[in-house]
Formats: sequence, C-alpha cells, structure tokens
Amino acid sequence: MNERLEIENLHVAVEGSEILKGVNLTIGRGEVHALMGPNGSGKSTLGYAIMGHPSYEVTAGSIMLVDADGTAHDVLEMEPDGRARAGIFLAFQRPMAIPGVRLADFLRHSVTNVRDPDRKEGQELMPMREFRGELKDKMKELSMDSDFARRYVNDGFSGGEMKRAEILQLAMLRPRFAILDETDSGLDADAVRLASESIARIGGAEMGILIITHHEQLLEHNIPLKTHVMLGGRIVESGGPELAAELHKQGYERIRKAYPEAAAAEEEMEAERRLEPAAS
Amino acid sequence: MATDLQESSTLALGEINKYDFRTDTPTVFKAQRGLSPEIVSQISEMKREPGWMRDFRLKSLEIFNSKPMPHWGGRIGVDFQDIFYYLKPAEQQGKTWEDVPEEIKKTFDRLGIPEAERKFLAGVKAQFESEVVYGSLQEDLAKKGVIFTDTDTAVREHPDLLREYFGTIIPPSDNKFAALNSAVWSGGSFIYVPKGVSIEFPLQAYFRINAESMGQFERTLIIVDEGAQVHYVEGCTAPMYSTESLHSAVVEIVCKKHSRCRYTTIQNWANNIYNLVTKRAVAYEGAMMEWIDGNLGSQLTMKYPAVYMMEPGARGEILSIAFASAGQHQDAGAKLVHAAPNTFGRIVSKSISKNGGRSSYRGLVKVEPGAKKSRSSVVCDALILDDKSRSDTYPYIEIEEQDVSIGHEASVSKIGEEQLFYLMSRGLSEAEASTMIVGGFIEPLVKELPMEYAVEMNRLIELQMEGSVG
Repeated sequence: MNERLEIENLHVAVEGSEILKGVNLTIGRGEVHALMGPNGSGKSTLGYAIMGHPSYEVTAGSIMLVDADGTAHDVLEMEPDGRARAGIFLAFQRPMAIPGVRLADFLRHSVTNVRDPDRKEGQELMPMREFRGELKDKMKELSMDSDFARRYVNDGFSGGEMKRAEILQLAMLRPRFAILDETDSGLDADAVRLASESIARIGGAEMGILIITHHEQLLEHNIPLKTHVMLGGRIVESGGPELAAELHKQGYERIRKAYPEAAAAEEEMEAERRLEPAAS
Repeated sequence: MATDLQESSTLALGEINKYDFRTDTPTVFKAQRGLSPEIVSQISEMKREPGWMRDFRLKSLEIFNSKPMPHWGGRIGVDFQDIFYYLKPAEQQGKTWEDVPEEIKKTFDRLGIPEAERKFLAGVKAQFESEVVYGSLQEDLAKKGVIFTDTDTAVREHPDLLREYFGTIIPPSDNKFAALNSAVWSGGSFIYVPKGVSIEFPLQAYFRINAESMGQFERTLIIVDEGAQVHYVEGCTAPMYSTESLHSAVVEIVCKKHSRCRYTTIQNWANNIYNLVTKRAVAYEGAMMEWIDGNLGSQLTMKYPAVYMMEPGARGEILSIAFASAGQHQDAGAKLVHAAPNTFGRIVSKSISKNGGRSSYRGLVKVEPGAKKSRSSVVCDALILDDKSRSDTYPYIEIEEQDVSIGHEASVSKIGEEQLFYLMSRGLSEAEASTMIVGGFIEPLVKELPMEYAVEMNRLIELQMEGSVG
C-alpha cells in the first residue's frame, strides 16, 4: 500500500478551548488534497497540530505516518524536529522572523538534519559547496535573487518574500508530506501562478500535499484528488476539484445550511475569540 | 613523564571544554605573593625601570590602599595578599616565532587560533604570564613609523612619548583597580600611529593567564596621531583554575584630530577570574573612537569602556556583548562624555543570561554644559534563556545642556516559543535552535569583528550554549 499520513478523530485544544473536534483525513504520498473553510474553522490548527506546536494540545485521536510496508510511526510521540526528520513539513501562513540568522545558514543546518535524521548535534554539516550549488539551482528555478539567501530569515521580508522563502525551504527539504497553510495569501495573481507551478514541480509524485487555501488559483497546477471543507473544527464534506471551484465562487452559505451543527460550533468558537481579543 | 601525564589529562579535559587546559610553562622568576612597597619596588627593579616609573608605582600603591572597594557592581572576593603580582616567563623576549618556547606555542595551538597568527604573524603580540613573550612588527609598519611593542619595552625605548600620555587618560586616582594596575602593571601593548598613517589590517594581541593564583595587570597605551587610523584586537581565552584569580587591566587611548581608532576585545576568562578593567579613550576634533567589547568568561566582569569627546565633531561608539552563564556576573556597559559641541555618541549593548547567570548593563551618558547639538543614542537588548537567569539595566544620564538629543531604548526578551517552534519544524533540535537564535541576536556585533574572531566568537557561543537546554 501507499505511504500515507493518517489522521484519525483528532481533537486539539488551545489554552483549554477545543478547536478541532474530531478530524479524519488520510493523505497518500503523491496525492494533493485541498483544505478549505471559513476563517477560524480550524485549518491552521490542523497544520500546527500535525507539526507539533507546543501550544496545540492533542486531547484525543491519532496522527500516524505509515510506510509503504505498513509500518506505522506515531507522529504524536515525536518532537517537532523529529517530525521534520520523519518527512513532515509545514509552510507557515505567517513564518517567524529570526533576526541575525541568514537564510542560507539556517537552511544548511535544516537540510543536513532532515536528510540525515540520525545526525548528532555538532556533527559535520552538509558540505558548503554542495549545499550552495543546490541552493543556487533551486533559487533559480523559483526566480529568486541569489542575494536573498544572505538575508536574515523572514526579517523585514514582504508578504510575498516570506511565501517564496517557504517554498524554497519546501524545495530544499523535499518532505514526504507537506502542509501549505495559505501559501497564496498576500501574493498577487502572477505570484500565485508562479507558486502554483513551483509547488507542482517540487511535489510531483514524491510528496503528499495538503493545500490550505481560500482560492482555487493555487490549485491550478495542483489538481486536488480531494477537496475537504472544514467547519467548526470538523471536516464536514469532501469532494473533487469542482468543490474547490464552487466554494471559491459561492462561499460557504450552502455548507453552513447543510451542516447546522458544525455552523453552530463555528459561531461558538467565533464568540470565544471575540472575548479574547489578545489571541491571534 | 610529568609532561606526558599532564598532556593526557588535559586532552581529556579538552573534550569537556576545548578552552580549559594548562601546559607546563617554565617560570624563570616567581615573585612572592602579596602587595607591599617592597614588592612594588622589586617589580620596578626587575624591569630596570627609570625612577619616575618606580615613583609612579609607589604613589599608585598608596592611592590603592587609601581607596575603599567599590560598593556597586558585583561582589569582589579577592584577597589581595594572596596574589602573585609579577611573573616573568622567560629571560628574553622572543625575536622571531622560532624563538618562542614550544610550551607556549602548544598553548596557542590548542586554542585553535594559529590561522590568525600565521596570517598576521608579523603584527601579532602575545602576552603570556605577564610579559610579552613574542613580538615582531611587520616591516612596512616600521617604515611608516608605527610603534607596536609591549609597554615594558616602550618605557625603555620610547620614554618621552610614553611619559607624555601614560596615566593621563586614566590617572591612578580614577578608581581602586586603576590604582592597583598602576602599581603593579606588567606587559600590555604600546602603539603609536604617526600622522596620516592608516594601518590596513588589525593589530592583534592575545592575553592569557596561565599560572595558578596569578594576577594579570597589563597596561595598554595607544596614541593615534592626527588623521591616522588603527584597529587593535585583543582576544582572551583563558584556561580554568580552581583558585580565584584577578585580572585588572588599564587601557588608555588618545585619538587626535580626525583620527580613527577601533579597539576590539573578546574575553573568555576562566570562570573563577575577576575581570576588573578600566578602558578609556579621549577623542579630539573630528576623531572617531570605537570600542567593540565581547565578554563571555570570568566570574565577575566589571568593565565600562569610555569615550570622552573633547572637541567638536568627535564621535564615540561602544558595542558590547555580554554572556553570563552559571556562576557568572557580567557587569558591563559603557560611558560617553560629551564635552564639546556637535559630538556624536552611540552605545549598543546586547546581553545573554542563561543557567542562572546574571548580566547587567551599566552605562553613563554625560553631556557637559556648552556641548550643544550633541547627540547620543543608547540601545540595550537583553535575552534571557531561562527563569533562573537575570538581567538588569542601570542607565545613567546626566545632561547639563538644553540643546541636545539623547535617546535610550531597552528591551528584555526571552527566546520566543514561536521562533523555537519555527526552527524545530525545520529539523533543528531545541538546543540547535536556541544556539541559532542567540547567534542571530549577537550577529550585529559579531559581523563587526575580523573574520577569525567572528569564527572564534561563534564557536565560543556554541560552547557556552552546550547543554543549556534540558
């Protein structure tokens, strides 16, 4: 059977309030899935939970990484760096700035660890020449200026630059499973098209990709096998690419009417957020 | 045999901390412990100094004895009678690298800095056990009239030039430890850069302590004549000892009109050393003085490099990094005195505290009456790595002039969970991620260092960060 990322009945809470209320999703390697849904429905939370953010507490359910021979690895047992080394990647919607750390230096470390998961701290990094060569090629493919690698990670980057830096990392790390959290937000139409092409080229048959988006443009070159709609912390409906097109054009009214229970949960979550204006 | 045993034990130590080791150094002369007019006279005699210097030392000792210990800063647990104030490692100063004793070369080798020495061999000055044991001057420097020697030699060979400035920027009465240094000083560098001469590469010196219970009291005087330029680098990486040790240096710098001087220090004293240093520069019309000061080691460091801007257009910049780990207190800072109009000052201080370490920024910006249109900015950022550690800021500002612009910003931050998560989500362990964030935090200062020092600095930070997460 195919390698896959299996999420079963996932419940996730942040500071005591439940955001995900039983998510089921299986992504096979080489498949593209789209995840859509209104703001605050829990899409980003799913991404953080898969990657292991310490503030996102898994209260029930499981996330398993299953090899081709059927061996299952419990992702929830792994630290975030262990998950990265196991082949999981999250492109952040809002990546963090790390002032003073050059993108190239950070990436060389990162690539070394991910490609050699058994590497111990302090052991040699990937040879500089080899790394630089590969980085240069990848940046060229993404139409990025080579000076970009010398800048500090996400520090003073424009929205578009941040997203391209995330795609560059995706290209360099070549994960088995990638979650792309609104990699299209903040980009103009041309940039979205370029991102869409790049992701398709990087992903190919080698990657299982979960694309979180509000639009269908990013899917242009990444036709989803399935489109999932999240509402009130659950996946309420799954369909083909046509579902993404419908939601993009017509919004979530039909979904809210069809799943009143989830729509109520969403309103409740929304109300809680209004009480805590500090939470982002 | 004894040497072999020493070797093997130091190698084992080296695995714990590459920078902790000792080699057997033959000490030719060992003064007795303690401090008295007799000992001070003996030091002066050993050095065959002129009478004025002996008198200066004796007068300084009186001042030292009359001054109380500073009641601020950190706790100074030094028994002044239990210290060797003078050690002479070899009878003669080495003329070439070949003449340098093998033991001493081995120590430098172990520190992993030979690249810097090979590269700038001709300009390297190394202080070892209170005396400069190796010194040679690149030929073209000599041709330009640059003097770069140890201060003891300068007393003999350049008495008039030295005497004109020695003890004028930092008089013995300035503070208790300046008085102590003035009484027992030994070694240090003397530099004179003639009018209009620019030295393209950094002049370097390595100061190290390598005898148990020994104090080190180097004395540096740099005179940058009108329109001249120099960058001096002093690096310290000291072995570790079990008993307390004292390092108390004095550095005096004169920047004449339109000259530029940059003085870079990285100190990594062993964690039992008291590092109490007085550093001060005076800058005249249009001159620029920069201190770059990295403090990683020692038990207690009290050091506040100062720039006195004496004439219009003078500039002073002080960039400092302090890293305080378990059992360490870094009380570091800066001092800017605007004594003339249109002077410009800048202080950037970055401190990191971890494993219960304490770092303090203590700084003074003073604007004297009439120093109109002067501008100063102070930025201090502190990074605290855990709940056991501490950071304090003591900014003093004294302004006696209306028409000035003084800015002060301070921030204290912890390593952000979000930053850690971001880096870890890319496969970096928590320790690697923390080290990277700390490295980034001090990067603005590290990039000001010459390449070899930047590399060494980053390596020191990595060593300091080892085992800091758990």
